[in-house]
Amino acid sequence: MLKNFKHEKVETNAGVLLVLTMLAISAGGLVEIAPLFFIKDTMENVPGVRPYTPLEQRGRDIYIREGCYTCHSQMIRPFRDEQLRYGHYSLAAESKYDHPFQWGSKRTGPDLARVGGKYSNEWHVQHMIQPKSVVPESVMPNYPWLMSPLDYADIGDRMRALRVTGVPYSANQEEYQRNVEKFGADVAKTLHIPDARNILVAQAQEGNFDGDRASVTEMDALVAYLQVLGTMVDFSKIKPEDLVKYR
Amino acid sequence: MADHTTGPSPASGAQTTGHVWDDDLQEFNNPLPAWWTYGFYVTILFALVYWVWYPSWPVGAGFMTGIGKVTYVNAQGEEESWHWNTRAKLLAETQEASALQKPYFDRIASLPYEQVTQDPELNSFVVSAGKALFSENCAACHQAGGQGKVGFFPNLTDDDWLYGGSFERIHASIAQGRRGYMPPYGEAMSAAQLDELAHYVVSLSGAAQVDAAKAAKGKELFNSHAGACYYCHGDDGKGRQDIGSANLTDQVWLWANVPAAEGDAAKLDAVRKVIASGLDKGVMPAWQGRLSAEQIRLLTLYVHELGGGK
Repeated sequence: MLKNFKHEKVETNAGVLLVLTMLAISAGGLVEIAPLFFIKDTMENVPGVRPYTPLEQRGRDIYIREGCYTCHSQMIRPFRDEQLRYGHYSLAAESKYDHPFQWGSKRTGPDLARVGGKYSNEWHVQHMIQPKSVVPESVMPNYPWLMSPLDYADIGDRMRALRVTGVPYSANQEEYQRNVEKFGADVAKTLHIPDARNILVAQAQEGNFDGDRASVTEMDALVAYLQVLGTMVDFSKIKPEDLVKYR
Repeated sequence: MADHTTGPSPASGAQTTGHVWDDDLQEFNNPLPAWWTYGFYVTILFALVYWVWYPSWPVGAGFMTGIGKVTYVNAQGEEESWHWNTRAKLLAETQEASALQKPYFDRIASLPYEQVTQDPELNSFVVSAGKALFSENCAACHQAGGQGKVGFFPNLTDDDWLYGGSFERIHASIAQGRRGYMPPYGEAMSAAQLDELAHYVVSLSGAAQVDAAKAAKGKELFNSHAGACYYCHGDDGKGRQDIGSANLTDQVWLWANVPAAEGDAAKLDAVRKVIASGLDKGVMPAWQGRLSAEQIRLLTLYVHELGGGK
């Protein structure tokens, strides 16, 4: 049969060409991506990773809305230069509740996977309003409108949508109890959808991320999100060679 | 494609695919160049070697790990090998590189700070390695040269230190972080009182010409139970480094941008605003945990040198 095979048959038959092209393209995905869902060591078993609180999650939505990902990645690769500059390489487990993930491959600005705790809230606020005022060589645009009030009326819906993708936000008492067992009561409280608005406001006021306790702004949410990035896993309690064995 | 005749082209003798357009436009069917064909075979060979050496094909819930190995030192100090992967490779490379820096770090850790600064070789290590650390971690706030930013982040190059400029105090500031606080007086005081306080504070450093009578009243208020400024700033206004309250008697300003204010009235106004609104900022993150103990020690030496030592 192969003997009689002619390129012409493919080239002159659009249907066959389409099917064969799709097969050729999906081979890469089938070999490189699909197995990761079945290999048991893909996701590291490390303690500390939790879903984002309502305020952090709202900040994450703003991060995506403003297109931060077009210039900032959130993926520290396991190379020495990256580790020296940004901190410990990113683990798969650290973005297991990210939908969509923000790994990225384009860095006009620095990687942000471990920016949490690196700068003070006031630095972030000033830097967001006018980046050049604190980093003179920066090419980042100004985002002054982030000081406007945060719309958090639909935070419950946002969490429910994420719950469908597998993020364990709790919608009822049974799920809440499961979260208490999994994350502890303190974290579980922040993941409860019926209380989401109150939790969001309380965190914004207590954290005072934008330097103004009176109002809940978009800046509160974004800075709360940035300040938690990469801080959930305590690497001082993990032996480096244990992480080696997950690959 | 009117015609489907194959065979050599009458013009050049080359093999054609048999496709003909516009009567005489034919598609040649020349063989690939030999260098390309052999190059292609080499990539196939490379893939075979790759499959054997590196982790490659998925198998069930695992994968072929390959025969390549990376050796590193584990937490118990024993040599350990694992199949080739980027994490193992990074661990081995990091250990190799830190072995090169170890002699320096060991000497810096074993000597008192003062002796490190007197050793020219260690000092140049501090300056070069410290600069890299400072640029990546500290410069975003304190700026590349450590000059800080009035209104936001303290200058590290002068000899005025909010929390103290000794090695021990600098180390504590870096490792544990700092949080500045001053209560707001805007509601507790009348406009006249705020004005008098501003006059007194400005007069302490002679930053502007002020009304002596108002300054005298401000001084009274400053040291009174009602104003209670002296609790933190001291009755001489020189501040207390244990709590990070500012020295008001020198020409160094952090929160009130007095140097940039033009005219005495503007300078007074800058100070008045800070007294009225207070400060709930001045946060320096704690670097313990993010940076290693030896990196913090190195930065302490570097920052100490920025300020010319103290």
